[in-house]
Amino acid sequence: MTRARRLGAALLGGGTGTVFLLLVLIFAGILALNPGFFEGPSLMAFLKQAAPLVILAAGQYFVIVSGNFDLSVGALVGAQVVIAARLIDGEESRTVPVMLVMLAFGIGVGLVNGLITTVLKVQSFITTLGMLLVLYGAIRLWTGGAPTGSLSEAFRTPGRLGITDVPLVGQIPWALLIMLALGAGAILLMRTRFGRILMASGDNELAAKLSGARVDAARTAAFVLSGVSATVAGILIGGFAGVSAQVGEGLEFTVITAVVLGGVALGGGRGTALAAMAGALAIEALFTLFNQMALPATLRPAVQGAIIIAAVAYAARRRTRPALQTTASPS
Amino acid sequence: MTAQTPRPRLGTTALIYLALAGVLVLGAAAVAMDGGNLFATANLVDMLTRTSLTGFLAIGMTLVILCRSLDLSVGYTAALSSLVAATTMDGQAANVPLAVALVLLVSGLIGSANGAIIAFLKVNPFIATLGTGLILKGYLDTQYKGPAGDVPSVFQQFGYTRIGFVPVSALVMLAVAAAAVWYLRSTRTGHHMYAVGGDVEVARMSGIRTTRVLLTAHVLCGMCAGIAGLLLAARFGTGSAEAYTNLYELDAIAAVVLGGTLLLGGKGGVAGTVAGVAILAVLDTVFNVMQIDPFAKDVLRGAVIITAVALYARRQLDRTARRPRFAATQGRQS
Repeated sequence: MTRARRLGAALLGGGTGTVFLLLVLIFAGILALNPGFFEGPSLMAFLKQAAPLVILAAGQYFVIVSGNFDLSVGALVGAQVVIAARLIDGEESRTVPVMLVMLAFGIGVGLVNGLITTVLKVQSFITTLGMLLVLYGAIRLWTGGAPTGSLSEAFRTPGRLGITDVPLVGQIPWALLIMLALGAGAILLMRTRFGRILMASGDNELAAKLSGARVDAARTAAFVLSGVSATVAGILIGGFAGVSAQVGEGLEFTVITAVVLGGVALGGGRGTALAAMAGALAIEALFTLFNQMALPATLRPAVQGAIIIAAVAYAARRRTRPALQTTASPS
Repeated sequence: MTAQTPRPRLGTTALIYLALAGVLVLGAAAVAMDGGNLFATANLVDMLTRTSLTGFLAIGMTLVILCRSLDLSVGYTAALSSLVAATTMDGQAANVPLAVALVLLVSGLIGSANGAIIAFLKVNPFIATLGTGLILKGYLDTQYKGPAGDVPSVFQQFGYTRIGFVPVSALVMLAVAAAAVWYLRSTRTGHHMYAVGGDVEVARMSGIRTTRVLLTAHVLCGMCAGIAGLLLAARFGTGSAEAYTNLYELDAIAAVVLGGTLLLGGKGGVAGTVAGVAILAVLDTVFNVMQIDPFAKDVLRGAVIITAVALYARRQLDRTARRPRFAATQGRQS
């Protein structure tokens, strides 16, 4: 009885469990409309498409849980794809070096975001908003408005292909494997000393500092992890969808929505990496559900908006008790 | 926070106007070296025209940010307002008063919806207004495939007429700004906004009806976005759903923060915001006159915003840690 009640509380309480309930409900909806969806190939195709958002959600989770925002990820994903196309320019041999350059660029952007936020004490909302503008402008300045060059086949492999001829499912996409590996990494990372410091800095910065945690270093590292996740997502999205000037536009808001849908409190200190990634999966499943329902594409944002507000309002319902208030502020 | 009490140091508002003067001097020098004149009539008109649209949005945004809230839906509200205005006017000058009233009503209702979601459902303002923005976007995209409505030439004057080199829209914006300054300094609700932004719990325990204050701020912010929509309609001569693609909300937030208002609420004011709007407008005009690549503008703008806030943060740290001491213990549901 108590176990059942505890389970009920976990699922309905608006915390981490709720997103899984939401995920099950959305999947049930998809199943009702299209029973064929859960056959191997189409499920794999869904996961392949969802992988970049899930990876971005893991990166954003670190930043949000430590009490910050990263609004620059969408622009960074776009920048990475454009950089890859321009530098590779169709040459297979350049694939790996360019990927390393992209990784360095992602780390660099994360480091700049983190240092401006922690050392110069600029609120992360402003830091990453500025970074968004800088990246958006700089990339178009560099390419003269429209992306040039093309990606190599090897570059597009992780986003498009996978292990073929697997019985039952057909193809296991590389994107799914990368997503699982990075997801597991993110969950394990939150169990380490670093993860606990990150959580503590989001929950109560002052207490964390007074207990000797290096809050600023941890927060900067979180931004770097977000930059790395944007790099990986850029490689996957570039491979999956190809190059265009619009890649990554508006992605930052979708990612933050996903993380918040996973029950991670803006302002930090609450929520798990697993739930954040499940939130991303729920958003992608929601888009699939819209497709199945043949909803006019233009109406999708409206439904998405209504669902986010409803989900967060539901989650906030019990947090109004003072004892459960978050104590840090999103900055 | 304005310089009311004489202090050995410059107040934030004085500093931001000093920065505006600096930007003007530097801009004029740069343009002069390029062989132009920043203060030529055409350039002044351009500069002032730019201030009005962002100005309306930023004034409303200042009110909600002072309450420690945020409104990411103003761009969509403005786009919807321009459509409501243009379709209601439908080319008839007689319909103008009705259209203006209807726009203020609709935008006020959107603001009150935002406020209600934030105040009563306790949804984080970032998410709440992002959500309402998405809902509006969905409605606009579904309902209006292209420009709609027709603005009579009488009302188009609001967008184009000017007295000397000052556009009427800029004068209206300054009037609204003056009203907002008065409101924040001299009315009860205005003072309550600072209190709510400073610390909701303390404000509530001091007997302030915090939800009502938040609601008021959001309604006023929505209505300011409505006026911005009216201006858009007057300029385009028609209502346009596409207006939201310009990300006006980010411009407005940038102007507010540039104007010295704390993103964490409780400190700042509309006077600073106007200067922030003016700085962005001067930069835009200078880039335009010097024909700098529009993409370089984004880069410089991002850098300017970050630098400005970093400088404010520096000052904040020096000043005997008045707010930061409390920042860590402030409760905020999300």
